Formats: sequence, C-alpha cells, structure tokens
Amino acid sequence: MNFSFTEEQNKFRQEVRNFLEEEIKKGYWEPACDAWVQSFDTGFTKRVAQRGWIGLTWPKEYGGQERSHIDRLILTEEMLRYGAPAACHWFGDRQVGGAILSFGSEELKKEFLPRIVKGEAYFGLGMSEPGAGSDLASLQTKAVEDGDYYVINGQKTWASCAFFAHYFDVYARTDPEAPRHRGISEFIVDAQSPGLSRIPMTDITGTEAWNDIFFDNVRVHKRYLIGEKNRGFYQVLHQLDYERSGMERLMGNYPLFEAIIQFAKENKLSQEPVIRNKLAQLQIEFEVGRLLIYRVALVMEEGRAPNWESAMSKAYSTEFEKHLAGVAMEVLGPYGQLTSGSKLVPLRGMASHSYLGSKGYSLQAGTTEILKNILAVRGLGLPSS
Amino acid sequence: MNLTLTEEQEMLKKTARDFLTAKCSKKFIKQMEESETGYFRELWQEMADLGWMGLVFPERYGGGDMNFLDLAVLLEEMGRACLPGPFFSTVVLGGLSILDVGSEEQKQEYLPKLIRGEKIFTLALTEPGYRNYDAPSVIVEATPDGGNYIIKGIKLFVPDAHIADYMLCVARTKPKNEVTIFLADARNPRIKYTVLKTIAGDKLCEVIFDQMPVPEANILGQLDQGRSAVQKIIERAAVGKCCEMVGNIQRVLEMTVDYAKERKQFDRSIGSFQAIQHYCADMATDVDGARFSTYQAAWVLSEGLPCTKEVAIAKAWIGEASQRVFALAHQIHGAIGATIEHDLHFYTRRAKAAELAFGDANFYREVVAREMGL
Repeated sequence: MNFSFTEEQNKFRQEVRNFLEEEIKKGYWEPACDAWVQSFDTGFTKRVAQRGWIGLTWPKEYGGQERSHIDRLILTEEMLRYGAPAACHWFGDRQVGGAILSFGSEELKKEFLPRIVKGEAYFGLGMSEPGAGSDLASLQTKAVEDGDYYVINGQKTWASCAFFAHYFDVYARTDPEAPRHRGISEFIVDAQSPGLSRIPMTDITGTEAWNDIFFDNVRVHKRYLIGEKNRGFYQVLHQLDYERSGMERLMGNYPLFEAIIQFAKENKLSQEPVIRNKLAQLQIEFEVGRLLIYRVALVMEEGRAPNWESAMSKAYSTEFEKHLAGVAMEVLGPYGQLTSGSKLVPLRGMASHSYLGSKGYSLQAGTTEILKNILAVRGLGLPSS
Repeated sequence: MNLTLTEEQEMLKKTARDFLTAKCSKKFIKQMEESETGYFRELWQEMADLGWMGLVFPERYGGGDMNFLDLAVLLEEMGRACLPGPFFSTVVLGGLSILDVGSEEQKQEYLPKLIRGEKIFTLALTEPGYRNYDAPSVIVEATPDGGNYIIKGIKLFVPDAHIADYMLCVARTKPKNEVTIFLADARNPRIKYTVLKTIAGDKLCEVIFDQMPVPEANILGQLDQGRSAVQKIIERAAVGKCCEMVGNIQRVLEMTVDYAKERKQFDRSIGSFQAIQHYCADMATDVDGARFSTYQAAWVLSEGLPCTKEVAIAKAWIGEASQRVFALAHQIHGAIGATIEHDLHFYTRRAKAAELAFGDANFYREVVAREMGL
C-alpha cells in the first residue's frame, strides 16, 4: 500500500491548479457548485482540450494521452475543487467516449473520439424516460430499421447538458419481442436531426438543469449504432459504472465546503463546539469518500471495469454532499435561506442552492437504493431479490 | 497510490490467518476471558517463535526489520481472531515506545527479551477522570529522591498490568511539573493491581503506585520532555486499535452476509430482501471506509510523516462506523446474535472496548477541527 502520489502526479496536480487559478484570476469564470454539469463554457472546454486534458486516458491514435486513471482523477478532482465550468465536455470525456472505445466500431472511434478530445463534440445522455427510471430496461423509445437507417420515436427525460449537446447517447428498443433486457440498442444521435426537439425542465433551484427530448421519426444511420444490436442494456450497465465512478459525486458542491469553513472561521462560529464538531465530521466523511473513489480509479487502473465499487462510492458520496449542504444551512442560520442575488445573501447563495439541488444527487446515475442493491448482490453475493 | 498488500504482507496475513484459526478458537477466547491471566503462555511463546513480537523491530535487537504497515496487517488478523493476551500492550504500547525514545542501552536491554517472548510490557497512561488522550491530562506525580523518582498515584484501565514485567508510566515530574515517561519494574511490591471486569473480557487494571521508587536511569527519553513522545505513543496506539477493529468488523460483515444467505424466512433467504441487502451494503461501505482510512493512517505513520490528522480521521470514523456495523449485524442476526450461543458477541464486546481506547469519535473530531484550523 502507498497513499502518496508520485512526483509526476504531484506536478500534474500543480499544473492543473495553476491553470485553473490563472483562469479565475483572468475573470473567465467564478467557482460554482455543480459547475461540472451546469456551467457551459465553450472557451473553457477549448482551453482544457488544448492542454490535452480531455480523453486523458484514451489511446493516442484517437487523440488521447494514454495517461493513468489516477491522473484523470487528479485532473477532475482539481476541476471540482475550483468549481470549473466543465459541462460541455464532461459527459463525452467521462462516459460516452469510453462507451465508444469499449463497444463502438473503428469508424465511430475515428469519427467521434478525436472531436471529443479537441473539445468540439459535446454529448448528452438519452437514458431515462418518464416511465423508465431505476427500471431502465422497461424503456419504451423505439428504433425501427428502415433500409440503412433506424427510425427513432419516443421521449427521453432528465437529460443533463441537453441544450448544449451536439449529440445524444440514446438507448432505444430495437426488438420489442425479445425479453426486455435483450432488445435494447445504443445509438449516437445528432442533436440537430430533424424530428428531435428539446424542452428544458426547471429544477427545484430554478435552474434549467435538465431537458425532455422528443424523438419524432428521427432517422439515424446504422453506422451510428454503438456495439451490437440488442446489446444496449449490457452496454449501459457498463457505462453507468463509469458514470458513478468519479469525484463529482463527492465534490459536486465542494466550493460550498471551502466557503462554509472559511465563513465559520471568519465569523468566529468555528469556536462553538457544536459547529466545530459538525465541520470536523464533514471533513472526516469527505476524506473517507475520497479514498473510496481513489479505490475505484485503482480498480480501473488494473484494467477492470468498476462495478459495486463505484456503486459504493457514489451512494456514500452523495450522502456526504447532502450532509454538507445541510450543515452549511445550519451554520448560516436564517441567512441560509437567502438565494443568489438577494440583499445580505451569504456565500453567493451557494448554500441554499446546494441544499435544494442536493436532493437530486442521490437520484441521478442510479438511486442510492439501486446502488445498494448492486453492492449487496454483485459485491457481497447476496441473492437477487 | 496503491491499495494492495505486498507479496510479503499477503504471506504474513495468510500465516496469521491460518495460525490463529487453528489456535484461537472461540472456546479458547472464552477460557482466556475467564482466566486470571488472560493469556496462554505456550501460545505466547509460539507467537514469539513465529517472529510476531519482533516483526517490527530492527534486526540488531533480534527483530524482523519489517515496518508498522506490516504490523498493521498482523494486528488486523489479531482483531479478526479476537486474540486475547498482551500482544498489543507489549509490542504497540511498550516495545515501539522504547524503540522511539529509549536510549541505545535501554533498547539493548529490553527489546531482545520482548522479541523472544520472555517479557511482557504495558503502558500506564490513563487516570481517574482522564478523558482527553493527551500528555497534559496526566496528574500522577513523580518526585525526585536521591537517584530515584518516587511515583505516587492511580492509573486506570492499564491493559495487562497484572501480568506485565515492565510498565511504561507517564507521570508529572517535580519540580517542573512536566511530563516524563518512566520504565518501571512492574513487579515492584509498591504497585497494587486490581483487574477490572470489562465487557470485552480483556484485562484492564487499576494500578496504584504507593510511593514506588524508579531509578533515574529508567527514564525513557528526556526528563520533563515526554509530551511529544506521549503524543506519538497515543497516535500509534489509536491506529493499532483501528487495525484490530478493521479485522473485527470485516469478519462481522462476512458472518452477517453468510447468515443472511443461510437464514430462511418466508421460504427464502433473508438476504434476498432489499431491507437486509441495504443493511449489508451499508455495513460494507462502513467497513471499506474504515479499512482505507486506517491503512492510510498506518501508512503515513509507517513512513514517519506527521500523521495527527490521518490518525484522527481513522479513529473518529471507525469509532462510529463500527457502532453502525454492529447495530446492523445484530439486527440481521436476530435474536441468536443477542445470545452467547452465537459468536457475534465476542466481536461486539471487543469493538466497544476498542472504540473507547485511545480516544473516541468526539475526541478525534476535535483533533480534526484543530487540524482544519478551526
């Protein structure tokens, strides 16, 4: 065992920090909670891409750097620490690119991976439907073959980043007769396709966080099928393991963590035993979560797909994020209820925003209940319910 | 970053697992709990012969030249086996402290005996009313008298004092009223022991020093400068306890999952019910969090780096995580787990004792708060 980073890794972390601090100093953006999924900054994504920091672990032949998963974790950890506006490239970098790499044809890899790496192709997800959340295999969106094309009809929901996405990673039923897990396929759908429309949904914080996506006879060429026809459900399980694996599940609202500690110090609240105790407990929970997530990266580094390990770290970490938001509200007292833009609002409204927004953390990318099922059955070997 | 054991550590783990499975049955543990001494001389000698007492000490004293991280692996296995006896007192509290601050002469004199399994050591630190695990809370006094110091006062919860040959005693030395560590002959007739009855069945003692003389030469480290040494002893002890607890709760998780698979109600194993599955998932998360934070602390300590924060995080986490683990383990085991027919109680009782030893979660949260600059 070794809990330190190599000299190169420390250097890399410093390089990322320098870059982000420079960005903030130049006034390009302000650190924000949830910026990884809600702050779209094409210029930022382009500048990150110029450094070779998108697709960091991917093969060089597709524009990647073949760096380790630990390096990528360091990179994303710092992005989150600084609340950087990385939403344009996050999904392509984190999971869709990986799905194309794992299952896609050579043609697809060549078409998409270099463009993701250059910060030119943004992805959104088309997984959940109004009637298919945790039970994703019950999805109803259909893709019917028509010559060289599939014709997609249906509705997707809770699509993050949808308004900015150039492409969607869409799961649709291609064999209605087959058992439901065995009749789903995965497609890349151009967001500009005729028949595709998006309607934003406003979340509890007032942010247009998600979109409904409607497919009305959307034609997709067969070459945009990822992997094998009717194997989509197995591919999505694989992809979800990656979606759950990262530091964004622990550090989604990290800027609030630093801000509330600072606030407590400046206002002498940190001398109150109850508040000291609560903030220290948060720090302890944070450090434990961080180790659980580094374990996931080490699993990937061994060449294994994380499974119950990322279910564990994600379920754990989103509880931390919710706990953090709750403690921040307690520390701020009645000021906590003030929202961004209000007179007297503390911490730029991050606490109230995070408190409300955090309700979704333990739902997205697998509810905590589903994750615990995975951990119990796949990790501990308990019989399926 | 690397979370796997080395080949050598894996071997040590396997040897320890096999040996303790063979030698440390629950029947044996019960006998030891009921016995006066709390350990079995032959087993003690076998452990010494396996090189366990010497594992972490330099070769020049007869040790195995391994490091604290290796010892952590062994302690985890001992916790998993609920091993009774004075290993922790002798090696973690006694020997490593001597190695830290003892003079070369003291090391040469005491460590080889310890390593050969001939002598038992312990540490007398806590006192009546002692709540904070730190040096300044000590009030037992040592007053100079010719070439001796006379120690007077009461130490509490001293592990294995009744069988120890040597006792490290932390005291306030006059006239400066500063902290000094003494290495006392534990068989001195001016020491009175009472073995307390504890939930873990371990042997914690009340130790009364009735004007006990200790030669000046038996000061461990520097006179009046024991604070930082004591701090280090406490930190190491806290991590050591965490290691034992990791072994303990890992085993309890396994027992509980096995039980959930086997136990049938409503014609199916209870482990197929989501309520039970989620309990098990919560337990596994707490156990892994405990494991990684503990090994992180053990690694930092083993590397000789400042480890105050990592130790505090590990001990604070494991103190509460283990209590959650046991609440769920008992709930899943049902009524049988609340009896002595089942083995679960051995673990439950020890986990509570370990939680209390060398600082609980509240204590270490305050340490973390200080480390955060609050």
